[in-house]
Amino acid sequence: MTAAALGDGRTATQDLVRAGAASTVGFDKVSVAYRGAVVLKPLTLEVAAGEILAMIGPSGSGKTTALRAVAGFVRPVSGRIRVGGTDVTDLPPYERGLAMVVQNYALFPHMRVADNVAFGLRARGAARTLIESRVDDALGVVGMRTFRKRYPRELSGGQQQRVAIARALAVRPRVLLLDEPLSALDAQIRRSMVEEIARLHADLPDLTILYVTHDQSEALTLADRIAILKDGALCAVGRTADLYRRPPNRFAAEFLGRANLLPVVIEDDRSVGGMVAVRAGADRLLVAGDGAPAGTRRLLCVRPQHLTLTAELGYSNRIGGRLRQVHWQGELTHLVAEVGDSLVRIVATRLPALPERGGAVDMFFAPGDASLIPEEAGV
Amino acid sequence: MLVWSRSGRFLVWTVAALLIGVVFLAPLAVILAASFAAQWNGALPSGFTLEHYRAAGTGASGDAVFASLATGVAASVLALLSGTWAALALRAQGPAWSRTLGILFFVPSAVPSVSVGLGLLVAFSQRPLLLNGTTAIVILAHFVLISAFSFGNVSAGLARLPPDFEEVASCLGARPAYRLAKVTLPLIAPYVVAAFGLSFALSMGELGATVMVYPPGWVTLPVAIFGLTDRGDVFSGAALTMILVGVTLTLLIGLERLPIAAAGRRG
Ligand SMILES: Nc1ncnc2c1ncn2[C@@H]1O[C@H](COP(=O)(O)OP(=O)(O)OP(=O)(O)O)[C@@H](O)[C@H]1O
Ligand SMILES: [Mg+2]
Repeated sequence: MTAAALGDGRTATQDLVRAGAASTVGFDKVSVAYRGAVVLKPLTLEVAAGEILAMIGPSGSGKTTALRAVAGFVRPVSGRIRVGGTDVTDLPPYERGLAMVVQNYALFPHMRVADNVAFGLRARGAARTLIESRVDDALGVVGMRTFRKRYPRELSGGQQQRVAIARALAVRPRVLLLDEPLSALDAQIRRSMVEEIARLHADLPDLTILYVTHDQSEALTLADRIAILKDGALCAVGRTADLYRRPPNRFAAEFLGRANLLPVVIEDDRSVGGMVAVRAGADRLLVAGDGAPAGTRRLLCVRPQHLTLTAELGYSNRIGGRLRQVHWQGELTHLVAEVGDSLVRIVATRLPALPERGGAVDMFFAPGDASLIPEEAGV
Repeated sequence: MLVWSRSGRFLVWTVAALLIGVVFLAPLAVILAASFAAQWNGALPSGFTLEHYRAAGTGASGDAVFASLATGVAASVLALLSGTWAALALRAQGPAWSRTLGILFFVPSAVPSVSVGLGLLVAFSQRPLLLNGTTAIVILAHFVLISAFSFGNVSAGLARLPPDFEEVASCLGARPAYRLAKVTLPLIAPYVVAAFGLSFALSMGELGATVMVYPPGWVTLPVAIFGLTDRGDVFSGAALTMILVGVTLTLLIGLERLPIAAAGRRG
């Protein structure tokens, strides 16, 4: 690493990642096993340069393992890992040019904030003047300049988290690996930190971020794309909005946004403007078709907040059910209705009148808000 | 304290005070008294003198203080280096290996120290490994006896060190040597210092093996004390004991303060 002059019109923030120019991350059939037990099944996944890819999945699904394979802390039993076109599978962690923020931050307790942030640069033998300016920039980016003389134990959880991010940014990593960076914070700070990370990425559009979380709202807020892992296997991947609107399978639908799933049969596969007719019990509905022939069994996926209790323009689909639960929570009312053998959750922002529990209820949704997914259990 | 009633607490404290007083302090007090005593004929010593200390500070006794300190420091430093090295190396070998080899490290401390001394005497009595009659064999004996404790302490420190620190360090670009010097060792510094203190204290008090191997010019404090009391000079022995206790305690208290600065863990 050579000492580069700062300035030349760029903002300090952009300058921070300049040397680390956008890098892709490629998993090529990467499989990891601990003592013979396969915990990551051959994973093939491409993270685009400058993208935030969130990896989500239930506990034990292999998210951390995948991240650790990229960082070089576990060796895949098979497959290759590429960073920015270079095969890094056989490189030790310190030669991969990455940076990582872990759940508990792991700030070095025996070093002051400034020394923590300077660590990576010193380790790489950077010049003193470069270190000083980079540390200053990195601390500025996370708004922690005034804390440089403190020890980590003298900081709050949120401040420690910022320092951990500054420490990672100071080395201008090719890729930033974040493993549940917010899970140690309480809900309120977590929300504001999510916003800060989003702002940070807007300032650093070249920074590729691999973000592991089990919190789907963090993933939905931050990620350009989301990869869902289940039992060590990739179960779905796609652009955040697409994955949310059109989950490819049952697990993706339920894990991301807790969708309602109703068994339906395709009644008429003649597509009209992309819509096909399906039957759910006594109700005939129009939804976006998936090319399956009439008679095919499918699950109808519709989000709780896309259902209303009042017929509105565009909300042309109607399902009849019986109201089982009503939970008024101020801004939102959570309702549960029984439709056939299934339970359907509804989140309503406004209700004309609170409906009676046990009574019949009609639910409406727009054809564009529902999708069909294959019926097989599991993936 | 788990006892809440007033009388209960009083009882517990009394028993504790008695135990500490009788078991730990009484023998020391007797030795302390003896070291200043001019005479000791009845139940209590009589007369006060600094004569024993003056004798201890000069001549053969002064040499003993030096021999003990030099042996203690040399053996402890060696034990610390090899113990730390072994603990680091074994950690990298995975749990099965480190357990097996870890047990091996503790074998010498399970053997009576006299036997360790005897073993060294026999083992190093032939060329080219002729060490009998040298200072080195005393240091070697101490090293053999205390290295297990250095190893054990440093191993315990490493076992408690979460892997995150070192992983983050290497991810940020720190090579193994840099990481060891800047992250691992500072973080286990309290254990390293404790290991040194324990080794040093053990070495200062070591008698069994030393008696077997010490050369004429290298009489350690415990050997000197043993010799003096064996010849009936209890008072000088007591004075030397107090010096031994003082030197060891001073060093241990000094060490106590070290890790605080090293690990940056103030207040
Ligand atoms: N060092 C290890 N030795 C053996 N098994 C391990 C090890 N680390 C992880 N595993 C196993 O690998 C599987 C995946 O673990 P991983 O930490 O990747 O899960 P995760 O998706 O990050 O879960 P979480 O959300 O709880 O952090 C788990 O079943 C776990 O028990
Ligand atoms: Mg994890």
